[in-house]
Amino acid sequence: MIYAIASGKGGTGKTTVTASLASIWETPLTAVDLDVEEPNLHLFLKPEEMITGKAHIEVPDADEDKCTGCRACSELCQFKAITVMGDTLLTFPEMCHGCGGCIAICPEKALTPGKRELGEIVTGKSHGNEFIMGRLRIGEAMSPPLMKQILNDLPINSQGDVLIDAPPGVSCPAITAVMRADCIVLVTEPTPFGLHDFRLAWEAFSPIGKPMGAVINRAGVGNNDVYDFCREKDIPIWAEIPFDRSVAEAYSNGYVPVKAIPTLKPTFESLKNSMQKAVNEVSHA
Amino acid sequence: MHEVVIISGKGGAGKTSITGAFANLADNAILCDLDVDAPDLHLLLSPEHKRIEEFYSGNEAIINQEQCTKCGLCEAMCRFSAITQTDEGFAVDPMRCEGCNVCVSFCPPQAISFPSKHCGTWYESETRFGTMVHAQLFPGEENSGRLVTLLKQHARKRAEEEGHELVLSDGAPGIGCPVISSLAGTNLAVVVTEPTLSGLHDLKRVAKLCTGFKTKVAVLINKHDLNLAQAKAIEEYCQEKGYPVICRFPHDNAVTEAMVQGKAINETGDSTASQLLEAAWSNMLNLLHDSK
Repeated sequence: MIYAIASGKGGTGKTTVTASLASIWETPLTAVDLDVEEPNLHLFLKPEEMITGKAHIEVPDADEDKCTGCRACSELCQFKAITVMGDTLLTFPEMCHGCGGCIAICPEKALTPGKRELGEIVTGKSHGNEFIMGRLRIGEAMSPPLMKQILNDLPINSQGDVLIDAPPGVSCPAITAVMRADCIVLVTEPTPFGLHDFRLAWEAFSPIGKPMGAVINRAGVGNNDVYDFCREKDIPIWAEIPFDRSVAEAYSNGYVPVKAIPTLKPTFESLKNSMQKAVNEVSHA
Repeated sequence: MHEVVIISGKGGAGKTSITGAFANLADNAILCDLDVDAPDLHLLLSPEHKRIEEFYSGNEAIINQEQCTKCGLCEAMCRFSAITQTDEGFAVDPMRCEGCNVCVSFCPPQAISFPSKHCGTWYESETRFGTMVHAQLFPGEENSGRLVTLLKQHARKRAEEEGHELVLSDGAPGIGCPVISSLAGTNLAVVVTEPTLSGLHDLKRVAKLCTGFKTKVAVLINKHDLNLAQAKAIEEYCQEKGYPVICRFPHDNAVTEAMVQGKAINETGDSTASQLLEAAWSNMLNLLHDSK
């Protein structure tokens, strides 16, 4: 099963929750950091035997000698990644989404598959579990293509469950991260910012139709509006992590909270059970 | 005119709370929330909408079942796995469709329409700290970079019309599309960071991005006293790279309390916080004027 830990808003504690769950989950498990813009999970899980590979997206290579200036490519392209100016065929690889349309449509075969580096995919081992993270190349605008490559290569079923640390927000990268999940855990905090972004996340992820539950982090700060919203929308609260400076301090040093603060263990065990139960109920329905 | 954007790499570092406090201190600025995906600045500034505009960007493929001959070419050519065969025929999953036009262009019976996509709404509003330009992308939508660019252009125009010297923007988390769009043409990026391992990690990545865009970097360490060793590591990194640290703000529950009240931190009467923020603001202005 694939479990995605998402949040809407950044900084609510997705990575802390993912790292804590990974620490108590039955092996074999694959922990995946899909927050490829700012991956942090490795700072907590401290994987070893790391192997780094480059990830690419297909972009067109142009052969100007073959181009007759018919503009079929630039008329097809929706991303302003290819244009014909006078007699010159110009490509803008950074703008390309890799749809392959220009290469397919060119009657002169003046365009052939080339590549642009998206970033890196790093794999390793962490306490007997598999670890995978994407790291977007700095300057690369599009994170979903890198995320999709990681998702396509996941060892599903044969090697246990998958925990995904999703990127913040509710736009294309966050949707990409949760799209294949069997269960979505929404981490939020009981503040106006937390509620506002939690509401957006709920709106964005509900149509996917997967079981969804909330983790309320820093419980005790702010106000009760998040609880009211969960009641109103029938979102189960699977865990509450009390606001505690020692949790923040453990985090700041890169310690997994459930390991640094043993009293948190029952909270995460119960969260894990709720996640598994929610998925089982769906698969037996 | 100057443009300052508050970013962080990571979410939750305190960008919006800091932007709100700076908005209170700026008496000659247009305010802008460039986090179009998860905007929060309006929760502090309670804007009153003066202008509401719909945002359209890109297109979405829709298969007309009556014209479709079920040849399957669209499914074979779609690189985004957006087209699947269902009981009713081939269908486009709008969540996966990138609007690339390939299926539309290659469909033999031309059975695929390609309407433009309504992706969100943007606003020009009045706040107690002045004019604010902001937006909300619909959940699940893309093209946030284009919406960011549109907001920036509008904010610039308003600043020129109203004779303001500064566009002060709350940025998006991360280093991808929306942040890249935020940085284009910006004079100074204030990176809000936290004294944590991940804070330093994210600061390095976002600062490298700023350098790539030739945007000057200033650093504000939030929750400075949470971990003094990590704070020191951040200071050393900033010194090595020549990034001025404009503020060391303590870990303070007053920040959350101000948020709950819908106020800027320096509106709640906490004089220590106010003094620190005023000093940060003046440090920032000095950097801006030096850079010109």
